[in-house]
Order: sequence, then C-alpha cells, then structure tokens
Amino acid sequence: MAGLELLSDQGFRIDGRRSHELRKIQCKLGVFSQADGSAYVEQGNTKVLAAVYGPHEIRGSRSKLLQDKVLVNCQYSMATFSTSERKRRPRGDRKSQEMTMHLQQTFNAAILTSLHPRSQIDIFVEVLQSDGGNYCASVNAATLAVIDAGIPMKDYVCACSASYLGDSPIVDINYLEESSGSPEITVAVLPKSEQIVFLEMNGRLHEDNLSKVVDMAVKGCKDVYGVLDRTVREHVSQVGSSLET
Amino acid sequence: MLTSKTFIKKTKTGKILKIVREHYLRDDITCGVESCRECDGPHTLEAASTSPSEMCQGEHLLCPDTNVILHQIDVIEDHRIRNVIILQTVLEEVRHRSIPIYKRLRDILCNPDKHFYSFCNEFNKHTYVEREAGESSNDRNDRAIREAVKWYNKHLQTSRQIQTLLLTNDADNRKKALDQGIQSYTIHQYVRSLKDGKDLVDRLSLSGSKVFSGDKVQYPEHLPLSAIQKGLKTGKYLQGKFMASRENYTEANVSVADQEKMIFIQGLQNLNRAVHDDIVAIEMLKEEDWTCPSSVILVHTEEKDDTDEEEEKENLEKKRRKVPKELRQPTGKVVGIIKRNWRQYCGMLQPSIIKQATRHLVVTADKRIPKIRIETRQAADLMGQRIVVAIDNWPRTSRYPQGHFVRKLGNVGDKETENEVLLLEHDIPHAGFSEAVLNCLPTLPWEITKEDMERREDFRDLDICSVDPPGCTDIDDALHCRDLPNGNLEVGVHIADVSHFIRPGTAIDKEAERRGTTVYLTDKRIDMVPELLSSNLCSLRSNVERFAFSVIWEITNDAEIVKARYAKSVIKSKAALTYAEAQMRIDDPSMTDAVTKSLRNLNRLAKILKKKRMEKGALTLASNEVRFHIDSETHDPIDVETKQIRETNSMVEEFMLLANVSTAQKTLQEFPDCSCLRRHPCPPPSNFDPLIKAAQSKGFRIDVSSGKALADSLERAVLPDDPYFNVMLRIMTTRCMAQAVYFCSGMLPPSEYIHYGLAAEIYTHFTSPIRRYSDIIVHRLLAVCIGADASYPELTDKYKTQAVCNNLNYRHKMAQYAGRASVNLHTHIFFKNRHVDNEGYVLFVRKNALQVLIPKYGLEATLYLDSKTVTFEYDEQEHTQTCGEKVFRVFDRVIVQLTIDQSNLQHLKLQTKLVEPKIEGFSVPPSTPSETSDEPPLKKKKKT
Repeated sequence: MAGLELLSDQGFRIDGRRSHELRKIQCKLGVFSQADGSAYVEQGNTKVLAAVYGPHEIRGSRSKLLQDKVLVNCQYSMATFSTSERKRRPRGDRKSQEMTMHLQQTFNAAILTSLHPRSQIDIFVEVLQSDGGNYCASVNAATLAVIDAGIPMKDYVCACSASYLGDSPIVDINYLEESSGSPEITVAVLPKSEQIVFLEMNGRLHEDNLSKVVDMAVKGCKDVYGVLDRTVREHVSQVGSSLET
Repeated sequence: MLTSKTFIKKTKTGKILKIVREHYLRDDITCGVESCRECDGPHTLEAASTSPSEMCQGEHLLCPDTNVILHQIDVIEDHRIRNVIILQTVLEEVRHRSIPIYKRLRDILCNPDKHFYSFCNEFNKHTYVEREAGESSNDRNDRAIREAVKWYNKHLQTSRQIQTLLLTNDADNRKKALDQGIQSYTIHQYVRSLKDGKDLVDRLSLSGSKVFSGDKVQYPEHLPLSAIQKGLKTGKYLQGKFMASRENYTEANVSVADQEKMIFIQGLQNLNRAVHDDIVAIEMLKEEDWTCPSSVILVHTEEKDDTDEEEEKENLEKKRRKVPKELRQPTGKVVGIIKRNWRQYCGMLQPSIIKQATRHLVVTADKRIPKIRIETRQAADLMGQRIVVAIDNWPRTSRYPQGHFVRKLGNVGDKETENEVLLLEHDIPHAGFSEAVLNCLPTLPWEITKEDMERREDFRDLDICSVDPPGCTDIDDALHCRDLPNGNLEVGVHIADVSHFIRPGTAIDKEAERRGTTVYLTDKRIDMVPELLSSNLCSLRSNVERFAFSVIWEITNDAEIVKARYAKSVIKSKAALTYAEAQMRIDDPSMTDAVTKSLRNLNRLAKILKKKRMEKGALTLASNEVRFHIDSETHDPIDVETKQIRETNSMVEEFMLLANVSTAQKTLQEFPDCSCLRRHPCPPPSNFDPLIKAAQSKGFRIDVSSGKALADSLERAVLPDDPYFNVMLRIMTTRCMAQAVYFCSGMLPPSEYIHYGLAAEIYTHFTSPIRRYSDIIVHRLLAVCIGADASYPELTDKYKTQAVCNNLNYRHKMAQYAGRASVNLHTHIFFKNRHVDNEGYVLFVRKNALQVLIPKYGLEATLYLDSKTVTFEYDEQEHTQTCGEKVFRVFDRVIVQLTIDQSNLQHLKLQTKLVEPKIEGFSVPPSTPSETSDEPPLKKKKKT
C-alpha cells in the first residue's frame, strides 16, 4: 500500500547506507591487453568497463583534425543485458549520445590536450550492469583507463551524484533513488584543485538547497578519489615489482 | 564498515522482472540501552530497577511483534508501557498495513518519556536473516524478530542481566521462541501482570480471540483481496468509498471514482459490515432488483435493534415490489473491504438488562456508525458518561462490530464534555499549543524596530479603520479610502501580516498548517495560532501600530480599477468599529470626520462593485445563521436571534472579494504552477432537480443553464404575499451547490479555476490569515512576488501545496460541521425548559415526515407524521401529504410546537408537534399565548 521509504527516521536509506555513504567501489586497472589502457569499475551494482586507445593518428575523416590539440573521441554504450528489461539498442540512442557528449566534454577538460596536437584519443565505455550513477561510474572507469594508458592529465576526474530527500542531501544515489522523482545532481571534479569540470541537474530543486547538495556531491567525489588513487598506487607497485623480477 | 550483500527479488509490474538490490549490513547499529557499555549513541531505553510487572521480576525490555502493534496500539500508547524495542521489521510491516497506526507509532518513538527505541535489525549484520527457500515472508519476519530478541539477550548479558521479552499473540511463534530460550508472552498475559494496570485490561483489543456468536445475523463472507483485485480489473466489481446514510441505518451510498452518480446500497446483508468511510468493493445487482431510498426516516430505536432477519427481508421485498421502475437507482451490494478507515468513536454505553454483564453495546454519537460491542468491567462507572471506543474487528457472525474501550470524556450533558465530543467527532485538533510552538512566539513587549520600518511602507498617518462583528478580537482586515489629486480615489485593504510572525518550517507553522483553520463554536473558539498572535500582535486593533500586508488600488468614481499595488506596511488603525457602529456613522449626517468620510466613499463604491458582480451572474444565496445570547454565569443560551445584515457587512465583503481576486491574479501571474487558489465548481444540472420541482409547484420556472440565468430566475421568483418564499428558494439553492475547495493551480487546467458562486474566473483567500492557513500561503506567495520575502522550497512544490490544500479542505469541512453541531447543541439546551409555538415553513415533504424550517431560530425541524389515530397519504409524484381535507405542500406555512425529547440522553431530540393547521387527533393545542414572530425574516448572504 505505502510506497518505499527512501530515507527512514533512523537515517538509513533503502539499501542500509547512511545519507553520506558511498556504495562499495571495486576497481581494477589493465583488464585488457590489446587496448592501450583499460579499467573496470564497480560501484555497487553498477559495473563499467573502459578502454582507451591512443594517442594515435586521426582515423576516418581528416576534417575532425585539430591543429592545436588532441581530439578526444568518446563512445558510451550500454550492454543489452545491463538493465532489468533487455535493451534494444546498445548505443546510438538519444541518451547514449548525450552521455557520449558529456564524457567528451569532461575529458577534454581533464586531459592535457595541447601535448598531442593533430592526433586522437579514443575512450570507449561499456556499461555492463546499470543500477544508477552510470555517468559517474563511466567517468571513474575512464579516468583509470586513461591513467593506465599513460596519457597526461591535469588530475584524476572523479564523478559522483547526489540528491535531496526530505530535508537532507544524499550522496551516490542508486537506481531506486534516481527513479523516485527527486532531483539528481551529477558532478565531476578535479579533486586536488576542487575544480568542477562537469555539473548536471535533473528535476527541480530549490536554490536554497543547491549548495548543500553540490557540497555533498563534491565530498563524494573526493571519497571516490581516495579509492581510485589507492587502486592506482597498488596497481603501479604491482606492475613495478613484476618488472623487477 | 560496509559488508555488502545482495538479494534477489521478483516483482510483478505487468511483466515479471528480476530486481537486484543491494543490501548493506553494518556493525555500527547500537542497541540503545543506557547501561550498555559496548554501544554508544542514543540511549533511549533504560531498564528500570523495579519491574512494573509481577510476572517478570527482573529488569526487562519488551519487543512486540507486528500484530501486537497493529491490534493493541491503544495499550502501547499508554504511559505505563515503556522501554520497548520496535524492530525495523515490525516498523516496516506496520507501515505497509496501516498508515494511521504507523503514524501513531512514530509519534510514540519521538516521545522521550516513553523510552521506545527503533532498532534497525535488517541492517545489522548480526540480526539479518535471509529468507529460506519455501519460507513465507511472514515466517521470515517472525524469525527475524526472534533472531533480534536473541541477539539482544546475548548482547546485554555481558553488561548486566537484562531480559528482553518477546510479545506475540501467535502461539506458534511463541513456541518457537521458547524452544530457542527466549521468554515470550502474549500481550494479554503481560498487561494482566502489570501491578498498576488493572484498567488497561479493558483497553486490550479482542483481536478475534473471542467471537460473540448467538446473534441471528450472519453476514456473507468478504472476498479476499486477490479476488477483489481480479474482479476490479474485469469490471465485475467496483471500488468506492462507503458513505452510510445519516437517516437510515440500513442504507448507504458508495461513491465510485469515475462515476457521477452514487451507487445505492440497501439492507444489512448488502451493507455487509462496511462502516462509514471504508473503501469497499461492490457488485451491481440485477436491474430488476434495484431499489431507491425509502425516503422514510428510520430512527435507530431500541426496539428495532434486533429486528428479525426474516422480517427485515420481508420488509425489503415489500418495499422493492412497491418501487416503481422510474424511481429505481443503480443498486449494489458490498462484496469485500479494500481498506478499513476506522478511527476512534465517541459514544455512550447502552444500559444493559443484566447487572453484572461485562459485554456492552456502545451507541455512537455519529449516527452513521453502528453500535459497537465492547467488554468492560467498569460498566457501572461508565454509565451516563461519554466515552471513546475503537473498533477491532467485525466477524460475520456478529450483528455489531467488536471493539474496546479507550477512555472516558465526562458526564453526558456537561457543556465541556459535549464540546469535547463535538471536537473529537469532527477530528479537530484542540489540545493546547505545545512548548515548541509557544517558543516560536515573539517575546513581549514587542516593538517595531528601525529595520522593520525601513523595509515597510509607513501608512500610520492614513485614516484606516476596521469593521467587524461585535466582540471580535481577531481583527484581520482594515480599510481606508482617500481622494487623489487627479480626482480618483485611493482604496486600501490592510490585512494582518501573520506571515511575518509565522516563518515557514517552524513548529508554529507546522501546527497552524495541521489545524488549517480557526474553529468557531457557539461558546468557544479554537485558535489556529496562539492567542498572543490572534488577539494581540496580529490583530489590527485601534490606535496601536501593527504590521500589515496592504493592497492599494487607484479606483475611479465609477469603481473602475486603474491600478493595483501590494506592499508590506505599518498601519495604525484609527477605529475598530462594529457593523452597527459603522452603519450609524454613515447614516448620521452630522459626523464629518475623516474615518466617516472614507466609510461613506467605501460604501458608495461597494454598491457599484456589487451591482457589477451581480450583472456578471454572482449568486446571492441564503442560509440561516443565528446568534445565541449566552447567560454570563451559567453559560446557557437565553435567547436566539438571527444575524442582522447591514449595508456595512456587504461593504466589507465587497472589498475583501476585490482584494482576494486581485491577489489571485497577481500570484497566478507570477506562479502559474504553484499558486494556492479557491474554486467553486459548477454543480451538475441534476443537482437542481429538487429546486426546480419545488419552484414549479408555485408556478415559477428556474433556469439553471448558467449562473447568471439562475441568479435572474431567483430574482424573479417572488410571491408578494409570502416574503419568505424567496429566501427559502435561496436556501434550497444553497443545498444544491457543490463545495468550494482550495487547490494548487498546477494541478488543474485553467478552465476549472472558476468560482461559480462569485462568478469570478479565479479566486483565492487572502484576507483572513489569522484564522485560515490558506491565506498564510497566499501571503507568502505574494510577498515573493513583490520581493518582500524569500521563497522556500515547499512553497514552489505543487505537490506539497496540493497536499496542504487537501488537508485545508478537510479541516474546513470539519470546522463547518462542528460549528453547525455546536449550534444544534445550544438549540437543544435552549429548548430544554421551553415549550414554544413557532411559525415555520415546509421545506421538504418526505414519506413519513415534513421537514419544517423555523426562520426565527434558523432551525430545521422534522415533524413526524406517524400518528396512530389519523392517516396521512403521501403522493410521491407531487410531494404532498394529505390528511382528510388538509394537504401539506412544500412552502406551506405551519405553526409547530418545539420541545426536547429527553428519553434518549445520547441524542437529545428536538420534538416537533403540529399546532396549526388543526388536525383532530394529531395536532396539539397551542401552548401559552402563542408568540408568533412579526419580525420580518432576514436573509443572509452566504459567505464564500
């Protein structure tokens, strides 16, 4: 009879997290050997693979060539089995196109593009399982893949979503919270300088509450950064030790 | 800290989907016990060193299961039940099964004195249990509860010996618990063992443990919910709200969502244990079985209680055969209950024949609610008292629902008790304001600061005055009018700036929102905001500086508005007048002060405005409003008079209407999606049938095609020799109208914004923020419009605004009913020791009664025509009653004698006897020199 209670009086969300807690993040670098860089990220039940090729010569039409910087080419796709109802088109629909554009913007801002003029970097992102926060997981996976490929960046790009329920902000929202009709704010930041490279909001939120939610999301990004950075360091030390022997 | 665990759930949403959700199990959930050394965090539970129970000697905590909470919430709420663990499993189950009980449970959890703690066992890694294959979710939940209790016992062992008791009435569950070494009792066992809780036993709900059988009545079985849902989908059953008839306890109507006409239900078998306000599933009867309301007013008397089933059936058969085809209404029967909407009911014990009996019937104050059977040992004590009872269940073998005693209110007939009953029955929040609310009030002495003055316009030197009924202490409007150099007039309406004191989101705001409106009873006022605001700081009294929200118009002498503007201001009213005083000033040519001059101008403009409004098709409706003169010592009414209407009433009203319409336009322009407006829908033409028929009998045609046509035809329908005829027509018209309601503009198409009665495209309430919450919202919206105040999130959320509007509509309706009930109560007290003959008019002719309107008291009395010596013949077509020579028609003038029938204390009945025209063997001789009123009947325009 009664709908779901997204945030209980005791301060727990539907999946047992408190409002400031992220979902469990697991990640791995260098999952493919063919690609120049690759990574796999799980944020709760959202699972994403990213692969990076490049920098290499411009492929396809030469008209896309940029004289002063590198062309960042992204492709976002969702596996047909990623949602509870089987998807018809894995890519090319409006939503994927929008997501592709957003990824492109984000990485154009983070990669030191002027170092590789007249060349191209490809970032392919595949969502294997979707449970909310697809964009965030994609950005986080792509960051790791770009690092794995050894492409210079200003900083990691970390993304996190947040929402506003009742009268408190909640961070890293899952599919259920996303589809409840409450506003959704997605932020991608460069964590060291705290620069926001991407910000998007869906739904209506009163301006008085905006800063609270954005702060929550930025804090979430920093927490994500901690996890990503640890993984990268572990990976590098592992690779380093395997080289020594 | 996070251990992840996923579980799989299949749900049906048309298709079968597999849904995977994460479920995080944590180790940071504390037990909440004060003496526990391991856990920090909130300590709400404190095991008292002395046990309140005789059965369990040591310190103990209670852990009830879902059914105990659902059935015994009245006991759980008692202050003697403390230190209770509410498991998350239980809380969620309660939430799914009953929202009202969930709300009550949440209130208890918030109350620090009760020491209730909600333990999130589902998220705790020690107490989470996975559902096993083949296990039903109920069994899983029971197991989860037992697991949690076991954990508590183990957890608390280490610090101190504290026992946790599982309270469950499920024998199987109890057995399993005992096997696992958990102490477990039924709630009945525990309550009986309480040392000081003997009277609590009465409050225990029966919950199906004991069923009174032996009644002859056997109801048909209710269908299970799954069968109902299937039937609803195929269209076999219909879902609707059950509304019992006030007049006949064997009849009811069901309003089905998308059907205009109500479905009629007749006979106890067909009603099938549905109680007023329930959501039910009904099945339509075959067309040849359709019936119509028996238009007989069947009084629920003692003798008729145990009407034989057969007899009843026979009656029904007889009636049905009589019903002519054209009168038949769509008729159905209740096949199942979708949702019970039981609340607590006020009532009185019905005297029992057996002295020591413990089972009693409670006669409820609301006639639409059946009698309720309760079990109590304090019957002797409760006799003659008003009590509150709750319904627990209604088994099919029982004639009446079964319930339990909740509390007593006081002696019947006491004014205080009767008022309390009235307020409870109408669900009016009437407790005093809480500490938190009072803390929001400004401290006295309150002063206007310099900053305030900077932000507000200074209107202190204007000649502003207020006009109100005598004795009014919550003055929320004041007026002024002055000449402008360009020949036009400046008119200002100044409304108390309540939103300055009631800030959004504060405790006082929430309380005002809950109350929704100030309720006026005949001898009492239940304020929406504390008295300091309503009668002092917000009240625009004379010669004090007050904050106001002003609407200022520039108006030409022909009452055309040139421009309007809005401002927060400071005013100083020059005079607080009553309607009579203002009228005197206007009429007295010797008065030439500024206030009087502005009153005259206002009065002149108001007349033009009114005329314009009438031309657009606004209705002048009539209703009877009376005033009691109350004895200052006994507080009993000593005289009644109908309210007088003066020109000044209409003057104030006209400008209030103007201000309301102006603000509605302004806020809608600025907030097309979330304005709070008021609409009065066009009534469906079928509503007017009784009016058209009644007017026809006197040879008038009423045209209801539009508001304007209706207003005109009402204007024409005048009988020169019967001045009251027109007033009665207008009273009847009022009864045909739909209710005006608040709504949020984003929720309806603009074509439905109209206000039918006022003939306005849009309308809102702006002018009485002291007594209506809707006005506070409108003030806030308008303040944002003019940049005087900041908006806040809830203000621009159309769903929240609509939710507030729904509550306001409900509260307003209830406040109106309560007001009427209060007038009724006083009428009864007034006639207690009086026998008076009065002139009256027949308003409706029923099968066995005449509904008589007595203008002097604004009272509608029922004159029963059920004499044993003479017979009346009822003509269903013409609506007449004939006895020999005498024919009673609608609008006939009669003289009746009014007395109070004191045979039933619960419902004092106003008894009406006929005096004139004389009918041998039926009418009674006139009492003392008959005092017929020569006073011309007065009409009162309906307040909208």
